[in-house]
Amino acid sequence: MSTAPLYGLILAGGSSTRMHRDKAALQYQGKTQLDRAFELASRHVAPVFVSVRADQTSDPTRAQRPMIVDSVAGTGPVAGIRSALAAHPQAAWLVLACDLPFLSDAAIEYLLRERATGGAAAFATAFKSAHDGLPEPLCAIWEPAAAKALADYQAAGGHCPRKFLIRHGARLLEPQDTRALDNVNTPEEYTLALATLDQAKPMQLKIRYYALMREQAGRSEETLETSASTPARLYDELVERYGFTLSPEQLKVAVNSEFSDWSRPLKIGDAVVFIPPVAGG
Amino acid sequence: MHFRFTETPIDTESARRAVQTPGAGGYVSFEGWVRDLNEGQAVTRLEYEAFQELAVKEGDRIVAEAMRRFPIKHALCIHRVGSLELGDMAVWVGVSSAHRGEAFDACRFIIDEVKHRVPIWKKEHYRSGDSGWVNCERCAAAPQHSHAHHHHERLAVPNPK
Repeated sequence: MSTAPLYGLILAGGSSTRMHRDKAALQYQGKTQLDRAFELASRHVAPVFVSVRADQTSDPTRAQRPMIVDSVAGTGPVAGIRSALAAHPQAAWLVLACDLPFLSDAAIEYLLRERATGGAAAFATAFKSAHDGLPEPLCAIWEPAAAKALADYQAAGGHCPRKFLIRHGARLLEPQDTRALDNVNTPEEYTLALATLDQAKPMQLKIRYYALMREQAGRSEETLETSASTPARLYDELVERYGFTLSPEQLKVAVNSEFSDWSRPLKIGDAVVFIPPVAGG
Repeated sequence: MHFRFTETPIDTESARRAVQTPGAGGYVSFEGWVRDLNEGQAVTRLEYEAFQELAVKEGDRIVAEAMRRFPIKHALCIHRVGSLELGDMAVWVGVSSAHRGEAFDACRFIIDEVKHRVPIWKKEHYRSGDSGWVNCERCAAAPQHSHAHHHHERLAVPNPK
């Protein structure tokens, strides 16, 4: 069981070769990846720093955060982790790459809990990759004792933190959410990640009300921020809010002006109408 | 377009001409009127409201179904929305065909389906000062009654002018 205090380090020094633009500045849900990763780490450990190369210290995406500038020769994540271990030799580090848009609080909590209770890890506690079972060094906790071994590894020409952990051994955890560590390297992956995140987050729906429901809601339409994934869940939410007296069995539902299933997945911008018992003629 | 809404009184004469065709030997129409009594309550006026985008699609589908089921020539349904007084015409259905039998059958089919399927709602105002959405309130406690459609209707034979 490790007792070293735990600091946070966000790795954002990569060259983003395949993305063709700075990955740290990519936005999800209105925030840069760097800010999202920084805020995620800050919910679990303190202080948190951004790892940067010497030539990135005035970059606006990074400059507003506390930084640890690479202080050792070489580049890449090994240099970033070594620089952090050198800056605060007493601390262990929750190291997160900034390009893991699906990483959740639950995954971080699991990692921290396993480190605290799961027996000694000499150098690191890390997740196994869901793809190849190898250690994921950039969502891991690096212990102070790794400093010397990492220096030796780099001196011998090593530059890959994953190979370091394979060679030196890390305590490996099975990922609970196999997607949590998927990283985003290309514009295509970015587009896909944006769409996936949009489906899970609260979304705006347009809702129109007719007849009795219009009177009970006190409005004929509204745009609503909701995380309800189906019309059935949305109706439950609206019953809470407006006290609708009609039960779902009495209603039909329309999405985008066509009759729909109650279990149809809702998308951003969908227009939803709940249809009370009709009485034409 | 075989189903449409109007906010002004239904022009039955132009509607009748719209279904008229040289191959038709006859025509049946149905008019639904605002009646002064419903389930024992004296009604003073009605308000109709519709989810028009979907209602027009569903109404068109009903008429298209009637055209497939019955050998008719043309069919049209027009529904009022807004505030209606006693005696006002709420809905008009017209069907033309070579022979009368299928015109009666198709006309009946269309009005029955429209009442069950098209998202239109009716609020009744009563002489007591009370009001209520038909099928939504008194029947809310007993949803199995929601298909008990009471009606203000009569089969109309076009008046010779």
